[in-house]
Amino acid sequence: MSILVNKNSRIICQGLTGRQGSFHAQQCIEYGSKIVAGVTPGRGGEEHLGLPVFNTMPEAVRATGADVSMIFVPAPAAADSILAAADAGIKLIVCITEGIPVLDMVRVKAGLKDHDCRLIGPNCPGIITPGECKIGIMPGFIHKPGKIGIVSRSGTLTYEAVYQTTRNGLGQTTCVGIGGDPIRGMNFIDCLELFQQDPATEGVIMVGEIGGTDEEAAARYIQQHVTKPVVAYIAGVTAPPGKRMGHAGAIISGGEGTADAKFAALEAAKVRTVRSPAELGSAMLELMR
Amino acid sequence: MNLHEYQAKELFHRFGIPVPSGEVASTPTQAAAAAGRIGGKVWVVKAQVHAGGRGKAGGVKLARSAEEVGQLARDMLGTRLVTKQSGPQGMPVNQVYVEAGSEIDRELYLSLLVDRSRERIAFIASAAGGMDIEEVAAKTPEQILSVAINPGAGLQPYQARQLAYGLGLNHEQVKQFVDLATKLYRLCNECDASLVEINPLIVTKGGELLSLDAKINIEDNALFRQRELQTMRDPSQEDEMERRAAEHDLNYVSLDGNIACMVNGAGLAMATMDLIKLHGGEPANFLDVGGGATPERVAAAFKLILSNPDVKAILVNIFGGIVRCDLIAEGVVRAVRDVKVAVPVVVRLEGTNVEQGRAMLKDSGLAIIPADDLSDAARKAVAALS
Repeated sequence: MSILVNKNSRIICQGLTGRQGSFHAQQCIEYGSKIVAGVTPGRGGEEHLGLPVFNTMPEAVRATGADVSMIFVPAPAAADSILAAADAGIKLIVCITEGIPVLDMVRVKAGLKDHDCRLIGPNCPGIITPGECKIGIMPGFIHKPGKIGIVSRSGTLTYEAVYQTTRNGLGQTTCVGIGGDPIRGMNFIDCLELFQQDPATEGVIMVGEIGGTDEEAAARYIQQHVTKPVVAYIAGVTAPPGKRMGHAGAIISGGEGTADAKFAALEAAKVRTVRSPAELGSAMLELMR
Repeated sequence: MNLHEYQAKELFHRFGIPVPSGEVASTPTQAAAAAGRIGGKVWVVKAQVHAGGRGKAGGVKLARSAEEVGQLARDMLGTRLVTKQSGPQGMPVNQVYVEAGSEIDRELYLSLLVDRSRERIAFIASAAGGMDIEEVAAKTPEQILSVAINPGAGLQPYQARQLAYGLGLNHEQVKQFVDLATKLYRLCNECDASLVEINPLIVTKGGELLSLDAKINIEDNALFRQRELQTMRDPSQEDEMERRAAEHDLNYVSLDGNIACMVNGAGLAMATMDLIKLHGGEPANFLDVGGGATPERVAAAFKLILSNPDVKAILVNIFGGIVRCDLIAEGVVRAVRDVKVAVPVVVRLEGTNVEQGRAMLKDSGLAIIPADDLSDAARKAVAALS
């Protein structure tokens, strides 16, 4: 089992014909993901990577029956692409694009309320169910089918957690990179809820970082609703306040969003925390014993 | 991107938001002449720097004659103003803003920002203006008023009225406030502002609302569609290293320590800093070379971190996923050779083609210290200092 995506997921790539879209869609296809079409306005009727290209999302959905979209459209047009996917009836939208203006995301989030769909990202590595379906830019080979669910705001730190749990034999059910932007689609709580419900997931690793209070909210949620073991790490203990640390959302402002506050909230919720990301895998292994 | 007060007030004026009359000046003569044009008997001379807390730091002064305006400008221009927010080096004062003095009856606080948890633009208002709003929020949260705006519907007059009555404004002022708030909301959207702050928003002795200060931050991600605002950028107010990093598309933040880091990915870069601290060292910077860490970018990053004279060791931490470790190793070897790195370099590589990458580092004949994992790398970097 897994959450959100599996071997039956049928995926449209928005921005398939671009450089990033082409490269990563090819990698996803090689991993075994069922990419069924691309959408690039003005390129309808062409074929790219052996896939049909459509001008609009409704055409692509009608022709392929896709239920998932993977977005590589550049930032200026990415918000439009998210809403286009939602309006075409896509159930899961994975937006990899980095650099979408935050006010665009304010409008996107309001717009998505009209639709029964989920958004992952933007500014994220994507989602993978090892051995079945990879949607995004993560290196597929470090993953291994197994029993740990991973949810993270950071791409490379997800890879660390994945690699450790692959090497110690635990493996992963599904890994979700929820992205580094301040306003995004799925959050920790949404993923924790799904991992709690998924019978194959036996434990959850969550990787947070400075900025906002989503980790604190997740801590409260875990205390009330999650019975599976959770290991958590927060990046940015040494980050100075008021400075954006790479991710648009990684900023301590007005005394809010510090790593210390997040660690404290998680520890108060009896979550196993580690101060080094190198210990994520071993801590989880310990809890599994 | 931050704007100066004078630039923010120019935008306010353009959107019809009331501000005192004023002019920017970069010489004492200009400042004195500006005072003459503005007229009146009292002027305020304000240092234009990208840092709050100017008043307490001596960056805002009252003058009672044009000569005095010129004198105050002479005192401020060319100096560095150290405020609570500027850092110990302070910010260079290259311009002053000369403004007509105002007779203040009440000082209020008003701002617009992106509220992360509500995922909307929100107004924050308080009758406790002119003070540190974070302190007000912490000590007397009941003094903070807030409304979030539905982006589809936009700001509704009732929302502005609720804030206005909450601030204790009279009937006439409530009308002014609704008008002002509506224009501010429009400015925020049209300029892609991540923050618009008026502290204080004053009620004058004549009963009029007036923006005495103005602060605007423009969201970096939206600069591509804010061509005109881009020209308002003032590089002199930015950290020199951070500015140079931005030219190479590198994410860099200066810190106070002596172990420089070069990492791919923002999360891993923060984690690397944290690990250095955890093992008893102090990071000199945050540096994310990005997902596409090509040999060229690695070389540029090396040059950048080595231009910081405090750096006594370098920790390279790369998780090669899509990017292959042998390519990264090639970049590191080339950079260490070309840039003539004279401090210890600890390298932790993991991921695709890691064995080839490690072998290349080893065979290079350079004094590169290999590390097995994250913790090992941090430990070795700290040990390399002594």
